[in-house]
Amino acid sequence: MSQETKPKAPLSIEGAIILPYRYAAGGVMSRFLIALRDSKKTLGIRCSRCNMVYVPPRETCLHCFGRMDEWVELEGSGTVESYTVVRYSLPVHPMAAPFAFALIKLDGADTSLTHLLGEIDLEKIKVGMKVEPVYSESRKASILDISYFRPAN
Amino acid sequence: MGRRVAIVGIGQTLHKKRHIDRNHTELINEAARKALQDAEITIEDVDAVLNGNMDLFEGHNLMDAMTVEGSGAYMKPGLKMNTGGTTGGTMVASGWYHVASGKYDVVLIIGSEKLEESGGNTTSAIITCADPLTLRPYHTGAVGALAIVAASYMNQYRCGEEPGAIVRVKAAGNALKNPYSHLKLTLTVDDVLDSAILIWPLRLLHMCPQSSGACAIVLASEEKAKKMTKKPVWITDFVTSHMEAWRATFAPDPIPSMQSQTDSAIKLFKRNGITNPMKQVDMFEMYDPAAWAEIAWLEDFLICEKGEAWKLAEKGVTALDGAFPVNPSGGVQSTNPIGATAMIRVAEAALQIRGDAGGHQVTKNVNSALASSFGGANWTNLFLLKKNLD
Ligand SMILES: [Zn+2]
Repeated sequence: MSQETKPKAPLSIEGAIILPYRYAAGGVMSRFLIALRDSKKTLGIRCSRCNMVYVPPRETCLHCFGRMDEWVELEGSGTVESYTVVRYSLPVHPMAAPFAFALIKLDGADTSLTHLLGEIDLEKIKVGMKVEPVYSESRKASILDISYFRPAN
Repeated sequence: MGRRVAIVGIGQTLHKKRHIDRNHTELINEAARKALQDAEITIEDVDAVLNGNMDLFEGHNLMDAMTVEGSGAYMKPGLKMNTGGTTGGTMVASGWYHVASGKYDVVLIIGSEKLEESGGNTTSAIITCADPLTLRPYHTGAVGALAIVAASYMNQYRCGEEPGAIVRVKAAGNALKNPYSHLKLTLTVDDVLDSAILIWPLRLLHMCPQSSGACAIVLASEEKAKKMTKKPVWITDFVTSHMEAWRATFAPDPIPSMQSQTDSAIKLFKRNGITNPMKQVDMFEMYDPAAWAEIAWLEDFLICEKGEAWKLAEKGVTALDGAFPVNPSGGVQSTNPIGATAMIRVAEAALQIRGDAGGHQVTKNVNSALASSFGGANWTNLFLLKKNLD
């Protein structure tokens, strides 16, 4: 036998893993998503100790570890805090490129929501511009029940 | 603080796009053997073996189980760790815990990745880290987050596109001198500025590659280290800060400064009496997944004043022969086998302190160095290494 351990034409074997899952949204996010689906309402949750409103809501405050249960209803409109334009398409993207992701601080919230910008000239997006939500016709209790945000009138 | 812990052995494989002639176990074995050889010990002298690797990047989980003969962990205590980009840093921290606690004297840690085995689907694995309700639907990966870092920095300081390109050219030049680095590119500023836009303002040449490779380090207690080597490198202190997805989802701060980096720097510098890091520490091997990250994060780590970092590379301050070299190895911009990447930062900083970096040894004398890990997402380890015990 040859002592050679390095093969001249090494093999590699192809495979694929599909990962189905079922995720429990939890009490707080269930309420948020149901309000979005059933009544196009955006709910936030307030930490009375830190006086901060979180959107999307969480049960526990990031800053003080307190339990939050004070719900607030927001208008849904907000301000672009930061954005980036995606110039290539992937099949998994929620929109075809070019499109923009943005951090949007909703009016009445103290946090930024990651979402999409639509009905917009991508060259004219500005940090600080006012935007409003456009809701999907077929809502499924998903963050994409807001299809995207567009410039507010 | 526990017992004092030293780095006594370092090994790396060549990092490259594909290691088609060796499987994951064989790759790990190469790094482990080199680290043991560097420490002048055998696997019998090792009390515990720890592995780090990204779940699903090679299509398998619990890789420590199937690689046990290659890592040398057979019938030894061990752990497998994955904390994303910080994995290699988490392993150095965990190795430190194992030794500092007094439970073990000599610990071998191995970080590895064969990114070519993800078949180009790394982002599919990464997106499984994101909150399924609020972030997963957008299917973003690292590029988007780093584009926001770059865009925010450029917007705030109006420095134009050039600084990111200058930093990338510096990294490429250093990588050419590092025998283990993946990308060996001769670049000009124009090459970088002419490269394709991924997500503005991040261009292809700003972004780290996907690499295949492994790194291993032997850690030892003070008593053992002093017997084993004339050149121990001491892990003087480190801080871990978690922020996770809070930045993108909930950050109240519209400028995405990396709060986990700043938090770790504040704590580390305070505990070690560092008030002027560029004067009191000799260099920094930073986890820099994109050229712009090196700039923005030098400020987040409080290394220099806000708005100053973009000038440092142009002035030569951060070059191999500069006053405060940053990423003399060529950094993550040049080499990124993810499960090993953060450990390479610590290994490279230790090599610089030993004076054993070879072609990319910095000009100045290195008695102390910072090394960082980042990833996770938004999770930092920051290490302070020294030549001498305090
Ligand atoms: Zn609170």
